[in-house]
Amino acid sequence: MQIIEIATNAIPDDAKNVRVERVNVKVGKLSAVVPDSLKFCFDIAIKDTPLSGAELVIEEIPVTAHCNKCENEWTISEAVFSCPRCDNGDIHILSGQELNIESIEIAD
Amino acid sequence: MEIKVVKKVLDVNDTLAMQNREVFKAAGVFVLNVMSAPGSGKTTLLEKTLVQIMPRIKSAVIVGDICTTNDADRLARSKAPVIQINTDQFGGECHLSAKVIGEAAAKFDLKHLDLLIVENVGNLVCPAEFDIGEDARVVVLSVTEGEDKPVKYPLMFRQCDAAVLNKTDLLPYLDYDKDAAVSFIHQVHANMPVFEVAAKTGAGFAPWINWLVGKVKEKTHR
Repeated sequence: MQIIEIATNAIPDDAKNVRVERVNVKVGKLSAVVPDSLKFCFDIAIKDTPLSGAELVIEEIPVTAHCNKCENEWTISEAVFSCPRCDNGDIHILSGQELNIESIEIAD
Repeated sequence: MEIKVVKKVLDVNDTLAMQNREVFKAAGVFVLNVMSAPGSGKTTLLEKTLVQIMPRIKSAVIVGDICTTNDADRLARSKAPVIQINTDQFGGECHLSAKVIGEAAAKFDLKHLDLLIVENVGNLVCPAEFDIGEDARVVVLSVTEGEDKPVKYPLMFRQCDAAVLNKTDLLPYLDYDKDAAVSFIHQVHANMPVFEVAAKTGAGFAPWINWLVGKVKEKTHR
C-alpha cells in the first residue's frame, strides 16, 4: 500500500487523465520482501486507483559487503557474513536492503 | 515519460522512528526491542528479567500481539507498567511499527523511566525491517527450534545486537547441537553476544542481566 501511495503522489498535480504505465522499484535480496508476492499484491491493490493497469517492475539488488579489515568488497550469495579473503566478521553491508520506489513512467 | 521518485517505501516509518528516538533521548530512557519466532519464550524471559532488574531499573513494557492481552497480563505481575497493542485492529499486522510505538510510549511517564522494553509480535521476518526508534535489538531463539534458524533468517540476526538462546534446561532431552547454533549465529553476525539461559529456571541469567543493565546505564547515566 505504501508503494501505491508514494507512486500516486509522484504523479504531477497538473497531469490530466494520466495513465501510469510502470512503477519501477528496487528490492534488495536481504529485504524481507518476496518479489513475486509483491507483484501479486500490487496487481490486486491498484485496481480502481490512479495506478490501475500499471506494471510493477522490480530490480532485485544483490547483497554486497565491504570488509572493514582488508577493504575487500564482494557479493554475498549465501548466509555467510564474513570476508571470503581474510575471514573477518567486521563487515559493512553496501547493498541488498533496499525497498525503494525509483520512478514511475506515465504514457506520453 | 519517466518521473524520478527515489523514495524509500519505509520512509514514513523511518521518519517516525527518528522522532521516537529523539523523544526517548530527551526523556533519558533506553529502549529495547525484543524479537523472536512465536513460542521462543520472550514473555517468560521478560517476566524473569523484570523481577531481577526492578526496582533499581525503572521499567515499562509495550507488548505486541495480533490478539489477546495474555502477555500484558503476565508481565503486569512484575508491577511494571504495561501496554498491550493488538494489531488485529490494524488488519492483523505481523510487526510493530514506529507509529504505534510512538503512540503507546506517549502514555507512559517516560522521564521517570530508565528502560522501555518492546516485546514485538512473534515473527522472525517483518519486525527486523521496521525501525521503531529503539536503542538495541535482541533476538530470542530457543533450543526447541532448529540450529540453523540464523541462516534461514539472516536479516533478523544481522539487525540485532545480541541473541538469547533460551530453554537450555531442555538440552538433556533434545538432540540439539548448541555449538552449531552459536556457530550459525556468528556466521551471520560475527561476535554477536549470545546469552544461554533457561527463562523457566533462571539459569544463565547473570550475563544477560549484566549486559542489559550495562546498556541502560550507558545511556541513562543513572
